[in-house]
Amino acid sequence: MLTVKGLNTEYPSQKGPPVKAAQDVAFEVPAGKFFTLLGPSGCGKTTTLRSIAGLERPVGGEITVNGLTVFSAEKRIFIPPNQRNFGMVFQSYAIWPHMTVFANAAFPLEVRKTKLSKSEIREKVMRVLSAVALDQYAEREATRLSGGQQQRLALARALVMEPQLLLLDEPLSNLDAKLRDRMRFELKRIQRDLGITTIYVTHDQGEALALSHEIAVMNEGRIVQVGTPREIYDHPRTKFVADFIGTTNFIDGVALGKDGASGRWSVRTPIGDLLVHTDQALTADMRVTVSIRPEDVELLEEPAAAANGQNLVSGLVDQKVFLGDMVDFQIKINDYTLLSRAHPSLRTPIGGKIYARMNPEKCVAIPDTSPVRAAA
Amino acid sequence: MSDLPQPAPPLAVKADPKWFVMGGVVSIVAWLALIPLAFLIYQSFRTPGTARKPAVWTLGNYLEAYSSSDTLVLFANSVEFAAGTAILALVIGTALAWMTERTNTPMKPLFYALSIIPLIIPGILFVVAWIFLASPKIGIINLVLQNLFGTEKVYVDIYSMAGMIWVDGLHYAPIAFLLMTAAFRAMDPSLEESAMMSGASMWGIFRRITLKLAFPAVAASFLILFVRSIESFEVPALLGLPVGLHVFTSAIYNAIHSYPSNIGLAAAYAITLLIITMGGIYAQSRITAQGGKYSTVTGKGFRPRTIDLGRWKYLTLGIFIVYALLVVVLPFLVLLWSSLQKYYSVPSWEALQNVSLAAYKTVINYPSVGTAVWNSFILSIGSATVVMVLTAVVCWIVLRTKIRGRWVLDQIASVPLVLPGLVMGLAIMVCYLAIGGGIYGSIWILFIAYVTRFLPYGMRYNTTSMVQLHKELEESAAMSGASWLTAFRKVVLPLLKPGLLAGWIYIVIVSVRELSSSILLYSPGTEVVSIIIWEMWQNGQYVELSAFGVMLIATLFIFVMTAQWVGKRFGVKEN
Repeated sequence: MLTVKGLNTEYPSQKGPPVKAAQDVAFEVPAGKFFTLLGPSGCGKTTTLRSIAGLERPVGGEITVNGLTVFSAEKRIFIPPNQRNFGMVFQSYAIWPHMTVFANAAFPLEVRKTKLSKSEIREKVMRVLSAVALDQYAEREATRLSGGQQQRLALARALVMEPQLLLLDEPLSNLDAKLRDRMRFELKRIQRDLGITTIYVTHDQGEALALSHEIAVMNEGRIVQVGTPREIYDHPRTKFVADFIGTTNFIDGVALGKDGASGRWSVRTPIGDLLVHTDQALTADMRVTVSIRPEDVELLEEPAAAANGQNLVSGLVDQKVFLGDMVDFQIKINDYTLLSRAHPSLRTPIGGKIYARMNPEKCVAIPDTSPVRAAA
Repeated sequence: MSDLPQPAPPLAVKADPKWFVMGGVVSIVAWLALIPLAFLIYQSFRTPGTARKPAVWTLGNYLEAYSSSDTLVLFANSVEFAAGTAILALVIGTALAWMTERTNTPMKPLFYALSIIPLIIPGILFVVAWIFLASPKIGIINLVLQNLFGTEKVYVDIYSMAGMIWVDGLHYAPIAFLLMTAAFRAMDPSLEESAMMSGASMWGIFRRITLKLAFPAVAASFLILFVRSIESFEVPALLGLPVGLHVFTSAIYNAIHSYPSNIGLAAAYAITLLIITMGGIYAQSRITAQGGKYSTVTGKGFRPRTIDLGRWKYLTLGIFIVYALLVVVLPFLVLLWSSLQKYYSVPSWEALQNVSLAAYKTVINYPSVGTAVWNSFILSIGSATVVMVLTAVVCWIVLRTKIRGRWVLDQIASVPLVLPGLVMGLAIMVCYLAIGGGIYGSIWILFIAYVTRFLPYGMRYNTTSMVQLHKELEESAAMSGASWLTAFRKVVLPLLKPGLLAGWIYIVIVSVRELSSSILLYSPGTEVVSIIIWEMWQNGQYVELSAFGVMLIATLFIFVMTAQWVGKRFGVKEN
């Protein structure tokens, strides 16, 4: 269990006031969970991770792991990284080139205060090496491993110390696409098998959605939204989150009022009035943006009944892009271009009339007064 | 996990051994680099103290140094000498670097190896060898030409400004070659290839693309060479002094060795020289910093395509051979020849009958040679080791910590770079004469001088290798639970080993060659090998000097070869 409260970090800058990295970052990770810090580069996610590791010293806040405070600005507590017993996998893997595979993995056991016997070390190291399928390479020079193997070795080195916390700093970003997909499963399996509390930093939304129990989306040093992958994807609370994670249509509109029948808010937009979902307090006449994912825009050639309070609008096919397993349609509705992702079996020609059906649950209304400025 | 140690109070964090190590190193470096300089400046404002008259504050040294019209001549001579040397070395070095890096001249690898050899020949031996070759009276070149044409005409005179520039320029050409090789290697060849695709001729490409791109490197190299030559002591002392051709370094030496010795005046000259070298180094660092805008370094590994010279490649091969003759083969052969004589004579049939190893025997039994060799051995090994370890910690602080003002430390450790050897010798002499404690007159003063003088070299080698050492390699050691000392010992040092070894070898060699600081600091019993050569020259013991020189060059050569072999065999594999 990890608790981070009011974390603030600063970098001294050459001139002017210090640069703020993480600001008022706070979250909690229950034991055994996989927690991801997701955001664009420079959003403060790596700084937050390094503060947890103890490689950075924040200027404010408190970090507690399993009841032990490892950092507190107020109580002037700072446990150095080498006494925290957290395993960490670095972006560059940081495999020591002057050691063998075995020596790399054995290092944490050899340098720690409570000495282990040679045979104990060997046993623990071989066990963790076989967990990452590197046991047959134990005596090899670490530099002669492939990228994926180095990555697994870095993971083994972090796990061998039986850490209280596993910290992963963009560990998959240096791998090629195919390998990255495989390692993603591998990483998920190992984390779920060991039940080790894991903090993962990435800018890749796909990785975050695939691996995490919970995701914190960060922007400009702050956490913008915390939630399960589904919550984050389906119900973004800000334009930034909606835009950063996946592709989406933004439709500007004005809130009208609650619809009597469904109890949903109705929003007037350039493509017509839409029933929407919202987690946030709306008032009538408020400017809102409706976010809807292209795959949630269902295309129909016939004006099927707009039953059960579904939104239905009509327009003309403006452009289409065949992508193999799907077709991207651009639908012109009045002056607005709606993007839709459809099954390739739909072959409406360009200029043809088409109907778009949208589940109100998937049309998320975000007030324009969102606390965080949306990314351009 | 309640069995973990409770967080230590902030005070205990401060007591980390890392702070002791770092604090100690910082104090040592600051002391070495700054204190002697302060004493030198102080001394330049003092009158000489005698038994009857105590020293007082004065501007007299500067007045004496600057009111004399000789100073103008001195200044002009120094600049002419240094600029000439730098240009000659740069032209040779650039041409050779371009030939080895960008053309298909035959036997390139051999010449690359050969071009390093001059670095191990001590400057004083190189100068002596060229005196044997080109002196108006005994110079072989003159005698051969005179015999050939049956005249008494003196064709070449090494005791002249041109002679000084020639010898020093050749001596610094290998450094220019190394600097320019690095510059050519860092240059993206696709920039030249696109010029070729645009239809430019080979000469056009060289002039309009290659040279333009290399400009920051050329300008920076010129300044480095200029500073190095204006600091040169051996050439002005051996070639300039006998004919009254003075530059700053020889003027400083004269002021100290005149009777009564005028240390204040020497200090005033030294400060002037220091200002010139500071200006040069400052301009060089500015150019290097701004060179980034040319961004010729892309970080991508590229293999430059070489230009096919066609038949012209035999011309470039010829240039290589001439260069090797002038810089390595002729100087060494003339020393070897003279070492095999009983008394110095020009090569001839009669002289060939007199070949003997007598000079070697004399040298080995020469009273102070044993001591000097031992001193040089201890000093070079000791100072190389101390410098590399000190600067490893300094570089670590500068590059790896976020301690405020760490850049100051970098600057301090680089201060000795602007101090000419003779000036540093003077500063250290003044400093430890004033402080006392028996350091002056003992071998420790030479040790201090060498460590101070070669700090910047250690900084350079360590910075280069530490920059390449990814920060995460250390951080992962910390995350694995290693303490700072353990991480430094088990991860940082082993990974720095190739760089440390290369720097160590280099400092051992330059320590053995060192003359310009030692000449002011040695005393009977603490001679080093370069001093022995100097003394032999002053005594006219040419054949003994040659024998000693040949043995010295051979030893250094074997040392470099062995060290490189050891480095390859046991060092960290480079990936």
